[in-house]
Amino acid sequence: MKDFEYAAAATLDEAVSLLAARGERAKILAGGTDIIVQLREGLREADLVVDVKKIPEIMTYRFDPASGLSLGAAVPCYRIYEDGDVAAAYPALADAARIIGGWQIQSRASIGGNLCNSSPAADSIPALIALGAACKIAGPEGMRSVPVEQFCTSPGKNVLRRGELLVSIQFPPPAAKSGSHYLRFIPRNEMDIAVVGAGAWLRMQDGVIAEGRIGLAAVAPTPKLAEQASRFLAGKPASEETFRQAGELARQSASPISDMRGPAQYRLHLVGVLTRRALAKAAERAGA
Amino acid sequence: MGKKLHVTTTINGEQVEFLCEARQSLLEVLRDVLGLTGAKEGCNNGNCGACTVLFDGLPVDSCLVLGVEAEGATIQTVEGIACDGRLHPLQQCFLEGAALQCGVCTPGFLVAAKALLDKHPHATEEQIRFELSGNLCRCTGYDKIVRAVMEAAKEMTHA
Repeated sequence: MKDFEYAAAATLDEAVSLLAARGERAKILAGGTDIIVQLREGLREADLVVDVKKIPEIMTYRFDPASGLSLGAAVPCYRIYEDGDVAAAYPALADAARIIGGWQIQSRASIGGNLCNSSPAADSIPALIALGAACKIAGPEGMRSVPVEQFCTSPGKNVLRRGELLVSIQFPPPAAKSGSHYLRFIPRNEMDIAVVGAGAWLRMQDGVIAEGRIGLAAVAPTPKLAEQASRFLAGKPASEETFRQAGELARQSASPISDMRGPAQYRLHLVGVLTRRALAKAAERAGA
Repeated sequence: MGKKLHVTTTINGEQVEFLCEARQSLLEVLRDVLGLTGAKEGCNNGNCGACTVLFDGLPVDSCLVLGVEAEGATIQTVEGIACDGRLHPLQQCFLEGAALQCGVCTPGFLVAAKALLDKHPHATEEQIRFELSGNLCRCTGYDKIVRAVMEAAKEMTHA
């Protein structure tokens, strides 16, 4: 690995000015489970690595059923699924946090890091999209907010500009009679990259689905919101037939490639199956 | 060679100071700077778990932690598992159950399994298999490893 300078920023302002001064030559270090590998293998280069784990806003989270969850960008995955209140309020998030790598990875890796790595196959992003989360970004011009489904722009790339960093991910308060789920298909039992990932969130009202959201991974250059399939759910009964039709619509929004993890046709098939299963589990959790 | 940084940390209960370059992983520091060669370099990219150490009590892949990140941390390696010259029940059960062949994955399995049993003394077979999924073994087929951990759990809870 090429050597670099290391700086542990103590505040957001310090991180922003370090990143603004060095631009592309500076890289952010959160859990390190992606960036250290990428620097070692020459996939990304840095003259300066800015460790953000000493910044309080980035390493803490706050959950209040009335105002929602503010999840610091570098909070490690294990803290999410070990907090029973957070896991119960945002089950799709806990599902994803529990299957990103193994325990060793979950001790360090964060949801914010998963977002900023911006892999098309990122496990947490479909869950974040389904849950309607937004990214809180700090930069030289102050704070701004971007919906998660607009954060990634192409494989490995996102909307962060020079000097900007992801501070936290904001989740709306858990709605009554709502439920969510994330699942993926991998050929192994654990420890693999998704062939396809699907996240679903549903809110029930008066015996039917009031609204729903479906997020997909590994079927396009970025994780994405299956818009048509999501809209279709409103007003429908929480039935196998509804979920099957939503799966069909989700397939239409997918544009997968063929690669070592699977051919495009197979991925399209998986989109239908996983969307249906994610919705069924979300509905079960919503008490439908 | 890059500038050396001074780091103070606690390893296996002792305060340790070392110098390292920013690019050096904790694994490189442990093995090449401090001579603690228990943690092994398998894949060097976070897949195999052979380099597992406890970092502030949590299992981590030391190949995915920078040495400088150890500043102020508490680290436990496989060298710190045996106590007063006596093997830990996990080590004893691995030996008695022949839960290793080439041995490269063993230190990582021991550290991860210790973390698991410290947290879940009555871990089920399924829990053991799930929580140790970050440790790969290319010799044993895992079964003897899982059985050794179950045996150690039994001994530790009866002790």
